[in-house]
Amino acid sequence: MRRHVTAYGFLSAALVVFAVFSWYPIARGVVLSFQQVNFVTSPDWVGWENFERLFADPLFAVAWRNTSYFTVLALLIGFGVPFLTAVVLNELRHAKGYFRLLVYLPVMLPPVVTALLWKWFYDPGPGLFNSVLRGLGLPAPQWLDSADTSMISLVLVITWANMGSATLIYLAALQTIPGELYEAADLDGASLARKVWHVTIPQTKFVILMLLLLQVVATMQIFTEPFIMTGGGPEESTVTVLLLLYRYAFYYNDFGTASALSLILFAVLGVFSFLYLLITKKADG
Amino acid sequence: MRTLTKNNGPLYWVVLAGTLVLFTAAFLLPLVWVLLGAFKPPGELARQPPTILPETWEPGAYADAWNYMDLGRFFLNTFVVAIGAWAVQMAVIVPAAYALSKLRPMFGNVVLGLMLATLMLPSTAVLVPVYLTLTDLDLLNNPAGIWLPAAANALNVYLLKRFFDQIPEELLEAARIDGAGTWTTLVRVVLPISRPILAVVSIFAVVAAWKDFIWPLLVFPDPARQTLSVALQRFAPDTPINLLLAGLVLASLPMVALFLAFQRHILAGLTAGGVKG
Repeated sequence: MRRHVTAYGFLSAALVVFAVFSWYPIARGVVLSFQQVNFVTSPDWVGWENFERLFADPLFAVAWRNTSYFTVLALLIGFGVPFLTAVVLNELRHAKGYFRLLVYLPVMLPPVVTALLWKWFYDPGPGLFNSVLRGLGLPAPQWLDSADTSMISLVLVITWANMGSATLIYLAALQTIPGELYEAADLDGASLARKVWHVTIPQTKFVILMLLLLQVVATMQIFTEPFIMTGGGPEESTVTVLLLLYRYAFYYNDFGTASALSLILFAVLGVFSFLYLLITKKADG
Repeated sequence: MRTLTKNNGPLYWVVLAGTLVLFTAAFLLPLVWVLLGAFKPPGELARQPPTILPETWEPGAYADAWNYMDLGRFFLNTFVVAIGAWAVQMAVIVPAAYALSKLRPMFGNVVLGLMLATLMLPSTAVLVPVYLTLTDLDLLNNPAGIWLPAAANALNVYLLKRFFDQIPEELLEAARIDGAGTWTTLVRVVLPISRPILAVVSIFAVVAAWKDFIWPLLVFPDPARQTLSVALQRFAPDTPINLLLAGLVLASLPMVALFLAFQRHILAGLTAGGVKG
């Protein structure tokens, strides 16, 4: 008995912070979604009104379309690049420390710093990128200033900023592949591409899948970069779900509708989180 | 160790050289460009094509940026937020992980399950309710408004518990026979053995707090209390570009220094500590 009391004594602080800042807010978020909240009168129950307001807002569809487009682009660019980088780095015997240091350096920069730096690099006039492109005689795009290229510009920023973690995790996974598998493939006369396809990828597929799902969950919640670099523009081309949520909550003080949007986002991301959990369970057991 | 290729012949050297050039261009040059940019006066920064090395060196930009944006204040605020977030998180999760791992109370697994369930939750799904809870508790403009929610970190509870699980029971038993209480055992026996995992969890807690933007943005409406990230984005539109660049460099230095000092821990922690980057 005393053991249980002592144990709960040690657990008490954690139970309090989890209860107040994790478990209770989850329940409160669901309740808020069905309420009209202002700070003057007590909240009113409004049924599905918040959801109806969202569905009637043309930006709702725009935000989801932008977020999906962003997620797909981030997968195409941000997912393949770290894996290929890790495969190449794993082959190199020299300057290993240098490569690891460099690829992880951007991960240490505060996202606000990275966003402001890249905004400067993207400046269509004297910006670094267009200066280089013009120097090479190539066309200079408008980057963040055009609705056609704004999203891909954001994807490039987050890929640069975050690929270090994924690359190093892949690198660790690649190093667990038994060398005999490659030797066997060599004896069969397999080409480089066949070895990657038949040995490297199957041997690391759990890590690949895990990072894929984590990346989807992270990119669908993108906020800092569009908030700082574009504010959702031009022509609402970078309004993401989270940016819309922020506007509802902190521009219009409509916490009910913002919560309804969180609930929808949660339901969508929940599917990916659940898959992640299934996969990690399977990998553990 | 065998790898995909046999690592010899001219192709290896071509790939090595190409990767060196590419990595340096992609990750190092942009940062050097910013470092140099802060030394150029605004007029030179607007020029097309740009100058590579500053024509006129203005080393004063760093000091001017410090004064113009009052960076000292925001550095202090950010240190308070980050160090406090680390201290509070450790004070909360170390005893909790120890209790779940070694004291094994009734319903311990239920508690752990409920904590881990929050990992499935995207952090932004609770943005509004946590914000309203902080408002109710009058924690806006108070660093505790960052510290307390950050302490509810289920991943770190799990990492610590998994590490504690591997400490042999006999070691704790020996301490008990020597008359050590539960608390003494934790401090004298468990924590010294757990230094590697404590280092990893600590570094990631400090880095996460330093990098955070959305929570300090919400918690500190009062400009005087803001962190560097929030202050920099507020100053950005109305600050001369060379001063802004200098400010961005200065704001990054502590994290870059931390990385260079603890590189081994950080890179090891990335893989040992699961996949949360």
